[in-house]
Amino acid sequence: MFHKQECVAMLLAGGQGSRLYALTKALAKPAVPYGGKYRIIDFPLSNCVNSGIDTVGVLTQYQPLVLNDYIGNGQPWDLDTINGGVHVLPPYQGQNGADWYKGTANAIYQNISFIERYDPSYVIILSGDHIYKMDYSVMLEYHKEKQADCTIATLEVPLEEANRFGILNCNEDGSIYEFDEKPKVPKSNKASMGIYIFTWEKLRKYLVQDEENADSSNDFGKDVLPSMLNAGERMYAWSFDGYWKDVGTIDSLWEANMDVLDPNVPLDLADKSWRIYSRNPAMPPHYIGNNAKVQNSLVTEGCNVYGELEFAVIFAGVTIAKDAKVNSSIIMPGAVIEEGARVEFAIVGENAVIGKGAVVGCDPQSVENRENWGVTVIGPKVKVGEDAKIAPKAMVEADVEKGAEVQ
Amino acid sequence: MRGNKILGIIFSHTQDDKLRELTDVRTTGSVPYGGRYRLIDFALSSMVNSGIEKVGVITKSNYQSLLDHLGSGKSWGLSRKNSGLFILPPFGRGNVLHESKVEALCNNAKFISHSLEDYVVLSDSDVIYSLDVQKVVDQHIAKGADITAVYKEGAAPEQLGASLMFNFNEEGNAESVLIDSQCQGTCNYGLHIYVMHKEFLLSAVKEAYGHNRLNFSRDIIAAEVAKGNVYGYKYTGYSAVIGSMKQYFDASMDLMKPEIRAELFGSNPVYTKIRDEMPAVYGLGSEVENSLIADGCQINGYVENSILFRGVTVGAGAVVRNCIVMQDTSIGENTKLNYVVVDKDNSIGAEREFAGEESYPVYIRKGSLI
Repeated sequence: MFHKQECVAMLLAGGQGSRLYALTKALAKPAVPYGGKYRIIDFPLSNCVNSGIDTVGVLTQYQPLVLNDYIGNGQPWDLDTINGGVHVLPPYQGQNGADWYKGTANAIYQNISFIERYDPSYVIILSGDHIYKMDYSVMLEYHKEKQADCTIATLEVPLEEANRFGILNCNEDGSIYEFDEKPKVPKSNKASMGIYIFTWEKLRKYLVQDEENADSSNDFGKDVLPSMLNAGERMYAWSFDGYWKDVGTIDSLWEANMDVLDPNVPLDLADKSWRIYSRNPAMPPHYIGNNAKVQNSLVTEGCNVYGELEFAVIFAGVTIAKDAKVNSSIIMPGAVIEEGARVEFAIVGENAVIGKGAVVGCDPQSVENRENWGVTVIGPKVKVGEDAKIAPKAMVEADVEKGAEVQ
Repeated sequence: MRGNKILGIIFSHTQDDKLRELTDVRTTGSVPYGGRYRLIDFALSSMVNSGIEKVGVITKSNYQSLLDHLGSGKSWGLSRKNSGLFILPPFGRGNVLHESKVEALCNNAKFISHSLEDYVVLSDSDVIYSLDVQKVVDQHIAKGADITAVYKEGAAPEQLGASLMFNFNEEGNAESVLIDSQCQGTCNYGLHIYVMHKEFLLSAVKEAYGHNRLNFSRDIIAAEVAKGNVYGYKYTGYSAVIGSMKQYFDASMDLMKPEIRAELFGSNPVYTKIRDEMPAVYGLGSEVENSLIADGCQINGYVENSILFRGVTVGAGAVVRNCIVMQDTSIGENTKLNYVVVDKDNSIGAEREFAGEESYPVYIRKGSLI
């Protein structure tokens, strides 16, 4: 027997994150490291637990090994509970054959029986792509107060950027009358955050209906939400006004990491009342050696720093050797920056090695044509040879020989 | 059966009277060490890394912080259905509070005899080490020993609590043992870690207790050495025995050496309670040299030759030299500290100044407002 849960969370974590290229070659986007000791999925998982939601289904599909391993039994997030807990839900074979998750709505459809075990009144749909701290219980209260069938979390974006988002046009009472996907002339600046609360009965009905429609792409944004609106269901927008960042591209991932170093950005990871939990690597405190210089940086357990850090986010177990300089960069777990190497405006993947005297990336000021500038990415486990030179905006997925130059 | 047939027993309290200030508010096992650990983490992690699945922790007094630290044993992988972590309260039999290790073991004889494991490893929690206990037990069996004592060869630490100095023959058999004596130069000093067969341990402590011989070192170890079947196991890794504030300070500063960190943390992890703090934040104008910094620290001042525990804040212009600053302590702007051990939850205001000496660090007790 399962205890009834008021609200079950379904976390869409199957995304490939193809615009992160080398970083997501072997792992799903929600497993991408972020903020010195976290992975992206720590944010929605911690939000769930802090909001009092302790039944979470994580829908995986693309490269799930690292993600599955990371989630484990959910213990780091206190999700190893007697009732509920975290459940990894990959696509499976049923009596009538097997299917990949065809779209976001289809992924939930295929797991209706998982949801029904808990007999929930509400289901919240989350994605594993965003960095934000949100109290879902406040949104759920709003959903109940409005007696809504569906509530969509929205963020006010600058009107000139609204054409990049799914925009919701609302009446004064917050009810939605129109969806406007990437509008050329936006009527509002309320962008959908991809966070939905549904009254389960209603969602179930529309998921079944959507599945029967052969023309549907089985997507929440494109199919399920519009058909609910057309049918006149009660749909409301709930405004969120905290920090929120989609880390779907190299630039946005880099920026979101740099945001942690900016005291003016409203993302407080030190807040004890809303901790972000993560799986701990069991390493000693980090060591800062003689002659090291560390400024405006984030450093975590297991690191050994003998060189210089400025605007750097350094993950667990990283070594920064003597005379190495890291500026405005993200160094992911286990990477080694050898003596005299220089890393600027770059993301160095897990367990990569930057050889002695190598130069990776550069400052945008030092490039004549800004078009040619961008954040440099060194893929996981890649070895960059001694004195090699990696140009800005390069995406390095294979080892680089000693002294070589990569554009 | 599951597991490796070894039962772990850790005495959490054996140096409570020697560490005075540090153990005013806690027992030896929960003395903070190394930026994010408590002393007991080393014995406990060694046991877990050796495949031990059942560990009993003997307590005596002042153990609230130890209970808080250990919890269900989750952080050490010891929250289990079968075996796992057992906190053994001081009143094991009736209301007799144990005064010695022999009494403590007698009080917990049922816990030991009911365990399915064949061998028992006993450890104090005042020693920092990383030991493969399985190897000690393998040698114990190979030698057919009654007791195997883990020792280290070298200059004995000063003020080694209830220390034992062994003389071994070529076979590693102990020929004699000296208790609480001083020795010049190299000697074989015990690390308070012993392996015995469960039945041997039970009968030895019952016998000693029956004759009111309650001194574990004298009445069990030395007595058995006289009978001729005690062997030594030579430990060659890093170890530190914490028997005084000075030793505590020196053992902490040892962690600045990369080779010692590699020995202690390199091959086997040391587990501790997880606090989910964010990474340490270094502000503009922060300057740090030769220091060990834990997660959750916010540093805006100057830090040198120091250990900062989780959640320590250092204000702008502050100068922290040769200090150990325990968890959640804040150091105000322009405050200067040199050779100070600051216990946890302290709030040191701005423009303060404290200085001790290398041979006698100043200690600031837990929860002070300065």
